[in-house]
Amino acid sequence: MARRARDDDGRRDLVVVGNGMAGARTVEEILERGGAEQFRITMFGEEPYGNYNRIMLSHVLAGLESEDAIFLNSMAWYRENAITLHAGVRVGRIDRHARTVRATDGSRTPYDALVIATGSSAFVPDIPGMRTVGRGFHQGVFRFRTLDDTRAMIRYARTHERAVVIGGGLLGLEAARGLQTHGVDVTVVHGPGHLMNQQLDAAGGYVLRRGVEALGIAVVTSARTVGVLGDTEITGVQLADGRVLPCDMVVVAAGIRANSSVAATSGFLVERGIVVDDQMHALDDQGTPDPSVFAVGECVQHRDQVYGLVAPLWEQARVLADVLTGTDPSAQYHGSRTATKLKVAGIDVASMGVTAPERPDDDHIVVSEPRRGLYKSVVVRDDRLVGATLVGDLEKVAPLIQAFDRGSPLPEDRIALLFDLGTAPAEVGVAELPDETTVCNCNGVSKGTIAACVRGGVASVAGVMDATRAGKGCGSCKTLVAQVVEWAADGDLVVDESASWYVPGIPYAKAELVALVREQDLRSVSAVFAALAPGGVEDARSKMGLTSLLRTIWGADVVDERDGRFINDRVHANIQRDGTFSVVPQMKGGVTSADQLRRIADVADKHRIPMIKLTGGQRIDLLGVRKEDLPRVWADLDMPSGYAYGKSFRTVKTCVGSDFCRFGLGDSTALGIALETRYQGLESPAKLKLAVTGCPRNCAEAYVKDLGVVAVDGGRWEIYVGGAAGAHIRKGDLLATVDTPEEVTTLTGRFIQYYRETANWLERTYAWVPRLGIEHIRAVVVQDAEGIAATLDAAVQASVDAYRDPWKERDDPAEPGQFRTALPLTVLPQVPVR
Amino acid sequence: MSTQAVDVEHVLGRLSEIPLGEGRAYAVAGRQVAVFRLRDGTVRALDAVCPHRGGPLADGQTDADVVVCPLHAHVFDLRTGACRSGSGDVRSYPARVEGGQVVVALPGPPGTSGSADRTG
Repeated sequence: MARRARDDDGRRDLVVVGNGMAGARTVEEILERGGAEQFRITMFGEEPYGNYNRIMLSHVLAGLESEDAIFLNSMAWYRENAITLHAGVRVGRIDRHARTVRATDGSRTPYDALVIATGSSAFVPDIPGMRTVGRGFHQGVFRFRTLDDTRAMIRYARTHERAVVIGGGLLGLEAARGLQTHGVDVTVVHGPGHLMNQQLDAAGGYVLRRGVEALGIAVVTSARTVGVLGDTEITGVQLADGRVLPCDMVVVAAGIRANSSVAATSGFLVERGIVVDDQMHALDDQGTPDPSVFAVGECVQHRDQVYGLVAPLWEQARVLADVLTGTDPSAQYHGSRTATKLKVAGIDVASMGVTAPERPDDDHIVVSEPRRGLYKSVVVRDDRLVGATLVGDLEKVAPLIQAFDRGSPLPEDRIALLFDLGTAPAEVGVAELPDETTVCNCNGVSKGTIAACVRGGVASVAGVMDATRAGKGCGSCKTLVAQVVEWAADGDLVVDESASWYVPGIPYAKAELVALVREQDLRSVSAVFAALAPGGVEDARSKMGLTSLLRTIWGADVVDERDGRFINDRVHANIQRDGTFSVVPQMKGGVTSADQLRRIADVADKHRIPMIKLTGGQRIDLLGVRKEDLPRVWADLDMPSGYAYGKSFRTVKTCVGSDFCRFGLGDSTALGIALETRYQGLESPAKLKLAVTGCPRNCAEAYVKDLGVVAVDGGRWEIYVGGAAGAHIRKGDLLATVDTPEEVTTLTGRFIQYYRETANWLERTYAWVPRLGIEHIRAVVVQDAEGIAATLDAAVQASVDAYRDPWKERDDPAEPGQFRTALPLTVLPQVPVR
Repeated sequence: MSTQAVDVEHVLGRLSEIPLGEGRAYAVAGRQVAVFRLRDGTVRALDAVCPHRGGPLADGQTDADVVVCPLHAHVFDLRTGACRSGSGDVRSYPARVEGGQVVVALPGPPGTSGSADRTG
């Protein structure tokens, strides 16, 4: 490739090797300083994506965030800023003399300025059995560093049961907690004597360990792993003391190492990282700074320090951008004092400076309460805070960080560093923080920056978070960000209403929206957009929620626009990863018959159903059905839909009840069937799973359902609501104890209708019940405190009356091509080329 | 410089086959193309397969700007095919309606002329 003419537009070529948080942040800082006029920017990233927030991978693993939510810069950002991104391309060598980088795809790219931001990778100790000869890592061994690592781990965890996580630092504990959410039993094996030994002393590590163990994660410390056992499947790991921990997957989180090999082979000085000077210039192997080459981030060693945290990286990026763009040619980086504030597996941890006293005259104040999960320690030297550790309670973290960063004076009574002694309320604390105080450690946003943003006219918490990125890292500082915004706005705060909107595209909370829809007689999704959306603009992400709401309000009198429905509700089946669908016929109360089973078997044979699966809701799932086959499968089944695809009333699980069970106190099966018959298919803000169980042994798991009914002694029935046992686990709250199945049926309908009318879109009952409070719900639903019981009963009755089995659409498709394939599963309708 | 592919127009079928606001998939000239009929009457054409995990974009929900993949909710610009949620982009193709028929222009084999293939 010929070198581009330097004079074509007068700009120089800037090449950035590395598209992680450091590389992308550096480019953002450069662009902010008008860098686009000086440079044509080319970036190389080894991962085939835009730039994402690596810190949030633990949330993705735990299912708390979607992959989309962690992207910092989408592909569009690179386009909009005219950055040439080579995603998925590795740079193999830097030719300093020709000033070109050579990528492993064979390309050569010239540079006038080069930024090396290659980051770090997982350090994997050389443990026998971990690698298979010639094939890299054993298929059951995972690192936890990239989005692909995370995806692979999630996939594997689904079909495996026991994991050993090697490494009890921050990353290892996050991995352990994340894996647990996928139903995996986790043991953390840690070499040193206590968890997070980099940040905590032994006593703090012990308090953390108790917290971690209380979550159900086993912890083994002072344990060296010497072998991974098993050939195709892992069977366990062997410890140095001879113990074998059985497991079927292994996650290695034993620290990180700077990715410096490209720099090393290209003639730069590399020790534990790429050595840089105070202006972030990389040094060559003679120790001379290369004026056109910079390095930044976790790959860098500055003044003997290699940082693995994000805050120092932001400081480095700012200095680099100042120097490179000439905004401040004398800018210097002097290293970072790292104070970290983290949520480790749900437990708050903060640490800064030393973890223990080092000199005889150091003051050391420790409060250790393992039973309460609380640990606080500070080390004071010469009247300055030189170290602090907090576990379980971060209330005092902001002033401590401030004292640590700035060396501000300390209270005479040192204990006041750890506890409010009844004088200073929290609000005063925010006001008193100096402007330089870092509020968001992930993105390096200070109190002053947030205040300036508010003074600049941004008057909502969400607006400030978008503009400054405060709170958009790990999220643990969101409360503090909100406090600072409130303080800075001094009462002029616009309450961030979008958080309360029912759907993102319509600026109303649910109650207002319902009132407006009724008032203006809006009966279709497009009518709602036209009347209520800003500028009448429709929004794809809002359509499904609006469709559900309109059906709740208008029942059968809604104007059905099929594009308002999610694909599952257009074809009444649940879309699968390969674009096929699952078919679950109704099986009320989980009771079936020989005739039904025979028919299902015949259908499975005839349509070559690839998988038949019993569901958790006591039904039979036929998986892998092509869209175009759905009508014929339904016709051959000749059973009604089980609604296993919708945000709707799904199923009532029952136990054997009193007919056969020798413990049964009530006829749970009959009641379950009655409930399902009455409320089948009702649309609701999120899915509704019910159960009826015939005695407190609770075989049908009624305590953990959206609504669960339990027969108790004396012919009475308990109704529990707001339970869950999926991604979230919660025992339901007792709504009422009643005497008859009829009362159960009435209260169930009233509860469902109240939920339909007041819950937010996709808000499960396990969130809605605690939000409103069980006492309030009981007052409305059972005691009719608001006098709306009759209205609720009538509304739910109207919806019950409007029920029609959607699988009847097989005979009379609702629209053209309703069941036409959308994927290249089979031959699509071929269009003749004319 | 290699020869450049020239767009060739293909008639896919009647517009009425695509309900308002929805998409349908077509196999044409060796490609899988999803055609969307927006509520304002515009038609748009993208590759039918989501680059993230192969989701069927024609089954996605749309508005005037974007389609949302039904599998993992990746968002694609209907004009450009650009992914707005951090996954890869899809190709977009010029699409229009003529005489009630959906017409989409796809890159033809190198050297073919744009009009030779289109007899109207």
